[in-house]
Amino acid sequence: MHILLLLLFISSTLLAQRRTITGKVVDNKDGSPLSGVTVQAKGDLKGGTTTGSDGSFTITVGENARILVFSFVGYAAQEHSIGAGPMTIGLSAGEANLNEVVVIGYGTTRKKDLTGAVAVVDEKDFQKGTITTPEQMIAGKVPGVSIISNSGQPGSGSTIRFRGGSSLNASNSPLIVLDGVPLNSDVAPGQKSAVPGAGSPLSFINPNDIESFTVLKDASAAAIYGARAAGGVIIITTKKGRGGELKINFRSNNSMSTLIKEVPVLNAAQFKQVVNTYGTPDKVALLGTSNTNWQDQIYQTAFGTDNSVSISGGVKGLPYRLSVGYQAQNGILKTDNLQRTSATLALTPVLFEKHLKVNLNVMGSMENARFGNQGAIGGAISFDPTQPIYSKSPRFGGYWEWLDPTTASGLKALVGRNPLGLLEQHYDKSTPKRSIGNLQLDYSLHFLPDLHANLNVGYDYSDGRGTTFVPDSAAESYNAGGVTSGQNNKYRSTNYNSLFEFYFSYNKDLKNIRSHIDAQAGYSYNNYLSTVYNYAQYYADGSMVPKTTPPTASVDYQHTLISWFGRVTYSFEDKYLLTGTFRRDGSSRFAPPYRWANFPSAAFAWKIKSEPFLENSNTVSELKLRLGWGITGQQDGIGDYDYYAYYYLSDSNAAYQFGNNYFQGWRPAGFYSTRRWEQTSTSNIGLDYGFLDNRIYGSLDFYHKNTTQLLNQVSQSALSNYSAYIVANVGSMTNDGVEFSINLEPVRTRNVTWDLGFNITYNKNKITNLTVVPDDPNYPGFGSGNIAGGIGGQFTEINAVGTPKNTFYLYRQVYDTKGNPIEGVFVDKNADGLINQNDLYKTKSADPNTFIGFSTSFNWGKWNFSTVLRSSLGMYDYNNIRSQTGTLNQVVKNVTLYNASASVLTTHFNGNAQELLSDYYISNASFLRMDNLSVGYNFGAISHTHTNLRLNAGVQNVFVVTKYKGLDPEIGAGTDIGVGNPGIDNNAYPRPRVYNLGINLDF
Amino acid sequence: MNNKIFTAAALSALCLLQAACSKDLNRVPNNGVTASQVYSTPLGYTQALAKVYAAFANTGNVGGTGSPDLPTQIINDEGNSDFLRLYFNLQELTTDEAAWTWESDAGIQGLHEMSWSSTNPIVDGLYYRAAFQITLCNDFISHSSDAELAGKGFSSTTVDSIRHYRAEARFLRAFQYWVLMDLFANPPFATEKDPIGAFIPKQISRSDLFKYIESELKGAADSGLVAPHQALVGHADQAAAWSLLARIYLNASVYTGTARYTDAITYCNKVIGAGYTLHPDYTRLMLADNQNNTDENIFDIMYDATFIQNYGGTTYLVHGPAGIPNNVSGVNGSWSGLRLTQDFINLFPDFSGATDHRAQFWTTGQTKNMTALYTSTAGFATFKFRNVTSTGAADPHQDNGDNFASIKFPLFRLAEIYLIYAESVLRGGSGGDAATALNYINALRTRAYGNTSGNISSGQLTTSFILDERGRELYYECFRRTDLIRYNEFTTNAYLWAWKGGVAGGTAVDPKYNIFPIPSTDLSANPNLKQNKDY
Repeated sequence: MHILLLLLFISSTLLAQRRTITGKVVDNKDGSPLSGVTVQAKGDLKGGTTTGSDGSFTITVGENARILVFSFVGYAAQEHSIGAGPMTIGLSAGEANLNEVVVIGYGTTRKKDLTGAVAVVDEKDFQKGTITTPEQMIAGKVPGVSIISNSGQPGSGSTIRFRGGSSLNASNSPLIVLDGVPLNSDVAPGQKSAVPGAGSPLSFINPNDIESFTVLKDASAAAIYGARAAGGVIIITTKKGRGGELKINFRSNNSMSTLIKEVPVLNAAQFKQVVNTYGTPDKVALLGTSNTNWQDQIYQTAFGTDNSVSISGGVKGLPYRLSVGYQAQNGILKTDNLQRTSATLALTPVLFEKHLKVNLNVMGSMENARFGNQGAIGGAISFDPTQPIYSKSPRFGGYWEWLDPTTASGLKALVGRNPLGLLEQHYDKSTPKRSIGNLQLDYSLHFLPDLHANLNVGYDYSDGRGTTFVPDSAAESYNAGGVTSGQNNKYRSTNYNSLFEFYFSYNKDLKNIRSHIDAQAGYSYNNYLSTVYNYAQYYADGSMVPKTTPPTASVDYQHTLISWFGRVTYSFEDKYLLTGTFRRDGSSRFAPPYRWANFPSAAFAWKIKSEPFLENSNTVSELKLRLGWGITGQQDGIGDYDYYAYYYLSDSNAAYQFGNNYFQGWRPAGFYSTRRWEQTSTSNIGLDYGFLDNRIYGSLDFYHKNTTQLLNQVSQSALSNYSAYIVANVGSMTNDGVEFSINLEPVRTRNVTWDLGFNITYNKNKITNLTVVPDDPNYPGFGSGNIAGGIGGQFTEINAVGTPKNTFYLYRQVYDTKGNPIEGVFVDKNADGLINQNDLYKTKSADPNTFIGFSTSFNWGKWNFSTVLRSSLGMYDYNNIRSQTGTLNQVVKNVTLYNASASVLTTHFNGNAQELLSDYYISNASFLRMDNLSVGYNFGAISHTHTNLRLNAGVQNVFVVTKYKGLDPEIGAGTDIGVGNPGIDNNAYPRPRVYNLGINLDF
Repeated sequence: MNNKIFTAAALSALCLLQAACSKDLNRVPNNGVTASQVYSTPLGYTQALAKVYAAFANTGNVGGTGSPDLPTQIINDEGNSDFLRLYFNLQELTTDEAAWTWESDAGIQGLHEMSWSSTNPIVDGLYYRAAFQITLCNDFISHSSDAELAGKGFSSTTVDSIRHYRAEARFLRAFQYWVLMDLFANPPFATEKDPIGAFIPKQISRSDLFKYIESELKGAADSGLVAPHQALVGHADQAAAWSLLARIYLNASVYTGTARYTDAITYCNKVIGAGYTLHPDYTRLMLADNQNNTDENIFDIMYDATFIQNYGGTTYLVHGPAGIPNNVSGVNGSWSGLRLTQDFINLFPDFSGATDHRAQFWTTGQTKNMTALYTSTAGFATFKFRNVTSTGAADPHQDNGDNFASIKFPLFRLAEIYLIYAESVLRGGSGGDAATALNYINALRTRAYGNTSGNISSGQLTTSFILDERGRELYYECFRRTDLIRYNEFTTNAYLWAWKGGVAGGTAVDPKYNIFPIPSTDLSANPNLKQNKDY
């Protein structure tokens, strides 16, 4: 209490005597004014302002103030003595932002004090252009992190993998923490997305609200998130108000997306020739007289606009930022459309004599989407090109369809429907909403200011609902008479996640022993509740489809995590840094005896640059060695309750008859009572370097990851469990890799600067054990890579000991003397005269082993040119479009005529069913893609107003260089194709080329 | 000082918090219940028993596909994972009665060629399907003992009916153990006394398993199963257990090396004595309303196009045969898969069906000779199974898409009992006589021909005639492999059919193929198991 009084006394004294200082802050590079720079008097915690749009500031300081501190994200902070008259300060972005403060989870640190493998990407390095999901902004920017968009559909999300992924059956997705709120990435069983009706849960976040991404790559950095960090951690920090005068930013980006390329299929003339040559007379008779390119019909040039306004400033010492965004983006698939309205509010007041920092964030977002029926994509590839689009009859909405007068509906049964009709007569509309918010209180204790108490309370609520409506005239679901036709089906699910965290933080300089201690200890409670609503099915007229009442109206999926955590960072002479973290997690997904686990980590860093022999070097501006080790865990992607045998009632159409009644049955589910966490231990050796005033800087990291107790589907001995397979802790897998990044600034003058960034990652994945008895020769491994074609449901890949995951497992094709494949002839590996599963061999993997990212930015006066290129090497793709449709049987041996992949003209394959599993269909899918090319012009302040104007234009997905013959070598875990089919190219929603024009105004 | 007090207070607050929140780690599903909840009401018992039976018929908990009983690691395509389709594929595709067109379908290759391995998904599928059904039976039996029922407050009628249910579960378990004994010889073994989820089963020898099945069937029949014709449709009764006893005794020398033909006759007599008669029209045995054939059918697997939907079962037997048009099959199209070899067709002197009405073969667009193993037009198909009613009307429970079938599959019907009786008499069993045997066979033939023109004399009644007659009468009812093994014609060159051993004219194969291998997956999971000989 005495201390408090003393503080109050001091402050009131200071208040008494004040003076005003003015000045301007500019960028050292080009002399342009820097807005938003924080200006504070050193030692005076109370004052402070930020620079305006012209870089100018006015600050009132106490009588005793001697020095002003200037700090700005991405720039080195500077201290300047207060002189007489206005000051002009130049800030430099060059010094590798070493003093930049990095959010590291339960606290922050200076970048130069980091001990783990941590990467930060902030606004100036974001990918530019039309971005519908925020993670796309850092694609290719961080070594060791691969971010692949799932498809070309607006808002469709991405597959994110850190260092090859550390799991087989559990989740491989990173933990994403938005302003301190960990988001749930688990998708409830039977759902396509964590928020149904939304492509990606991250699509709700307006990319323009994001200030930075912090990527925690190694276990020593991530272990503070313990059981959830094995897939890596991405911390997203949103923009905050900086106080000071009112600032308004308006930005608008307008785009045009175009289809780059179509799947090569037979044109009408080629198609006719094939039918005439190979078809029976009844097939020839089916030929039409039109010439329709169905792919032209289903795709469109799509326009989009993305606008946001943000207001920030401070009202009576209350810094705020409010932003509103509206994005409307059409898909290149006709009828596909996403609209998002978002609003965010951030309040960051500092109260009680700077003792209480408040951080309040609320984000609300609403989407209004219509999902184009992606069935039309495959339909357009295989629909007969000799048929017209419209039938000149009002039946079936006027779309031409295959008819059969002998059926009650008049439609031929079990054949493809008009692709354009599938789009235009299908209304899958949803209006998902999401709100995320949290309140963080950081209280520096009055009697012990070095000790902070931190409280973080947050929520994440989403409600995804929509309706699939198909009119009763649509051929897609037409029944005789029309009364019981069409669809009018609802879907809905909600997520309600809550967070409570509390921790202490202690920060102390121990000058007498030249040490510094920084420690945190706390408690975290997370609850995740998803509710999936079940509905009966309805016809278009609103009447219920009989017997479709679901057994339960809604199903809840809930899990809870409770954790204790702590971290101590000790530094000696500001040269030697030691960090130890510890987290103890409890998860409701495990039986009580296995519920809790410990996740420790330790790291050491040596700032070699600070040693006497380098301290004064002009050549070496930064050198730091990092050694880290830690254990992280995984429990996402597995069942919530199956450590215990619960009984689930069957649906009414899977019942059994006793007498005249049909009884639904109780089925006990397989269970595994001793299930525990999957654990990944990571060792990391890293070197951060900088030369020549950090005009060259970067890092080099070597890592070894070993995942044990893999949460893996393993067989249960027959008769011992209700399910023959269960997710158990069996097996192990390693990832070894090296990451290298280098950033160069070859030119740095007042008018011209040129930055280059390059990063490369090599990762080697190997499965080391999969069975209870290690190296069991009986166990071949388990399949992945589901393909379509034949009866469907065949695997083309295997996960087996000794090879990387998702290794293709196929027959070896035999070729004739001219090098053409001989249909149905394969190498008989075991020479038993049969070609069957015993002749499959392991070949290339669907996963890349090398990732490369390259960014460059060139500033010349007011002009800026930049580009981002990305490359993945060493992976193979299976062309399922060719294998499924590239046969003569596809054209002439079905009930009707179907179009085929143009490859049939060279292979002349008839359609031997085993050919689907031929290695002929895999090919090298290594690629180089230019993600982004953009040019900007900064008009600066317009005439005498305080308005700053920038214009930019760009192209996304500029080109792809690859040997792969399919549409796109890069295959994400597409939303509709089914997760878990890496490397299988089948009817993907093509990624468009996007042309952008943007404007940015600062008032 | 302040510091210490504050820390202490904060720590104790956190400890309270921890105590309060730790119980939040006990989460339970809102749509799933525990065993004690299921087995707390009479309806719960009926619904648990419904699953025990439904596991015979369905592929999972959702009609069609969607929530499979067998994980995709064993069978990727759920439509292939029901009991009957798997059982049919192993009992019929391996013989002269059937081949399947689509060679890339998982596990198909090697079945007709008789060169399967221990990693075949169809072989594995039946093994795990049988094990799943046995596990459900064990679960039900352990929850329906008198001790379990005591104290639940059930009325005596309820307790009585649950005792019947328990006997039915014992019967069904014995049936599935018989399937394992017949196909896999030496499977793992567990009963209701083994704790599910916490033990590793031991292997049982074929002869020990025979004794167990025999005693279980007798036990179920004597204490619990309802008398013949007294149970509601769908439930097994005493006649079902007696029929299975007759069947295992007929094959006893294969299973144990000791013939038991006298016992076979004893149980045939019990079934026949219960008042079953042949259904008048053979061509109406396998129709959508055949649950009404209670004169001949002893125990059926129930299917229903609306309520018991799956892509196996009789849906498979209706869609599977190649070339059958919709107006014959009653469903929305042929899967162009199943055809018969010419060697089997030749068992009928006139395959047109004009003489012997059992010859229900589809010949339009098909060649008689199976010139190629994997061509849909090579070989005749059969329309023995049709999803229309006995009046020719559409199935009243037909689903909207005409996908599914309502044909019940008789696991036991009187015709088989007549054939067991006759064969057992011919093979020297006592308790029956040759004249009755001839009467029974001629009863089948009179029905087949519509008159007595096909009847045979006592001199014509030989064991080899019986084998052929079983073929004609029972084809596509999953008997063929077991019959050919009993006659030592399955792997030997005593009888060759098209593509046996992978050769167009047929060839003998290694006798190890008389039984199937234990799946390698289970050998990996269960160290107590030894692979069958020569695999």
